[in-house]
Amino acid sequence: MNAHHQERVDEVDGARVIPIRPGDPGPDASGMPDTSASAPPRSGRHPVERAVASGLAFLRRRITGDYEVDEFGFDPELNANVLLPMARALYERWFRVELVGLENVPAEGGALLVSNHSGTVPLDGIMLSVATHDHLHRPLRLLGADLVYQVPVLAHLARKAGHTLACPADAARLLGKGELVGVFPEGFKGIGKPYADRYKLQRFGRGGFVETALRADVPIIPTAVVGAEEIYPKIADLKPLARLLGLPYFPITPTFPLLGAAGLVPLPSKWVIRFGEPMPLSEYGPEAADDPLTVFNLTDHVRETVQQMLYETLLRRGHPFL
Amino acid sequence: MPSTAARVVLVTGVSRFLGARVANTLQADPGIERVIGVDTVPPTAPLGRTEFVRVDIRTPGIAKVISSAGVDTVVHLSLVTGQGGPRAKAKELNVIGTMQLLAACQRSPDMRKLVVRSSAAVYGSSPKDPAVFTEEDEAVEAPAHGYAKDTAEIEGYVRGLTRRRSDLTVSVLRFANFLGPGVDSPLTRYLAMPVVPTVLGFDPRLQFVHPDDGVEVLRRMTVEDHPGRFNVAGDGVMLLSQALRRAGRPHVPVPAQSMSAFGGLGRRFGGMPAFSPELLRWLMHGRVLDTGRLTAELAWRPKYGSEEAFADFASGFGRGAPLALLDRLAAAIGRD
Repeated sequence: MNAHHQERVDEVDGARVIPIRPGDPGPDASGMPDTSASAPPRSGRHPVERAVASGLAFLRRRITGDYEVDEFGFDPELNANVLLPMARALYERWFRVELVGLENVPAEGGALLVSNHSGTVPLDGIMLSVATHDHLHRPLRLLGADLVYQVPVLAHLARKAGHTLACPADAARLLGKGELVGVFPEGFKGIGKPYADRYKLQRFGRGGFVETALRADVPIIPTAVVGAEEIYPKIADLKPLARLLGLPYFPITPTFPLLGAAGLVPLPSKWVIRFGEPMPLSEYGPEAADDPLTVFNLTDHVRETVQQMLYETLLRRGHPFL
Repeated sequence: MPSTAARVVLVTGVSRFLGARVANTLQADPGIERVIGVDTVPPTAPLGRTEFVRVDIRTPGIAKVISSAGVDTVVHLSLVTGQGGPRAKAKELNVIGTMQLLAACQRSPDMRKLVVRSSAAVYGSSPKDPAVFTEEDEAVEAPAHGYAKDTAEIEGYVRGLTRRRSDLTVSVLRFANFLGPGVDSPLTRYLAMPVVPTVLGFDPRLQFVHPDDGVEVLRRMTVEDHPGRFNVAGDGVMLLSQALRRAGRPHVPVPAQSMSAFGGLGRRFGGMPAFSPELLRWLMHGRVLDTGRLTAELAWRPKYGSEEAFADFASGFGRGAPLALLDRLAAAIGRD
């Protein structure tokens, strides 16, 4: 939990100590969704009673549909109380995620988080969402591949968690509303790359993310996720099966499909997520989005920055599993 | 530029819900001399000072009505979703009817303004859609079936007329699904099924427009000049699951492949709606409109948001059962 974070950050010698919850002077909230349960009982009622009561109230709101979603289908209540707690267990206990450079992410206003993508299964996106929600109190609005929205269950859960389709219109709309938007420009090339290529950034798409950031006049936050490469080491790819299932790849890992369902458990790698210094684009102006050379150069610059951050963070992490 | 103030207004589809309400609203406007309503069937409710002419807009008869009465404004509302009858007949009414009507409009020297009821269905529904459609967006996957295809074709013919008669003020309104008391549509029949089937693994984002707001938009478009294409929807978005919960409707998830079979059974044995491919896609992927252009143009916001329109519609349904138990439990703990 947070105490655990603090400890990990402090024990590394010479590392920057990051404020875990900026602007939160009080005793650290436990990160549990139900704040009324962890608050001291004011009315003299037993805390368990309060927890049950608020649980019932939550259940009642869910059953009666008494909650709001935004135009993207984002359901903040479901996200904070159901979806994120499930991911948080992985985040804290399994991957022991450590955050570096949290102060680089603006506390408000639109910003585009540009990250490497890895791990065969996009758990890196989910862990990033937990990180920004718990430690920045900002929902991360990820831009996902259209495949996500074709798969039953995943389609609506992704929307309820606040994510949307990776297209310029959606990205511009979210940034215009001052949201924190996350994007993985490598796409399937990044997440589905073989284990041997770990931490080698693939091509950064066609630079669409730079155009979007230029038009919206928001800073780009380069982000390096270290640890996701080891969760499902992809040692082979069953291409014919992937084609049959309409998937971009069908991974073979040391445990999958050898161990069946047990092979779906990610390996407990140690994660470090580093947020780099914001790259302001205001000096270029929105018209630069129509200048392909500027866009290419900026794309390369972001890519090199993320690659450099990856190498540094890898060194800092040390052993992949300890 | 000639004055485009509507004096003689022709309303198509006047015997149906929306047409009748629009005609009733327009005839209350003293600035409008005559309101002429046309339809293939006689109206069920009295139309007041609206003059009813029974004419099929698929026939050249409509041209005679327009020229003899000196119609200067046509409000085209007779789009049918074809749920009741065979699909071919609906298409005939929608597309051929519109073609005849537009041909008559093009010929008439008195014509000043055309207001067309279109539908958000022109945007289609697909997993590759942007989250929100603006008027400039086109369907990612062009609708290939039914009502949605009809609307797309109708808009094509309207564009053709706009090109040939550049003096006309043409307003095309892409309405989200109407929902409110008195509305009878594939959607309302779907929501009224004893057990509402939803598509397993999908939870579409939906938007509704209340008939009161729809009529007001059509009135403003008729008496004022607002050329262009406009999305019309209530503010806000609801998820299907959320809507069904609010209405307390029992629902059951059904795999997409079985949905059409399910709907087919319902139609055969219970007089319930079949699931057209477009309805099925909508129930999977949903659709949301950006109404910024309309609200800016009219300097007006819909009175009913999507949620209020739904609540107004759903007030006819009873509440679900498990709530009583929950409330008793909560009361036992000392909270209400």
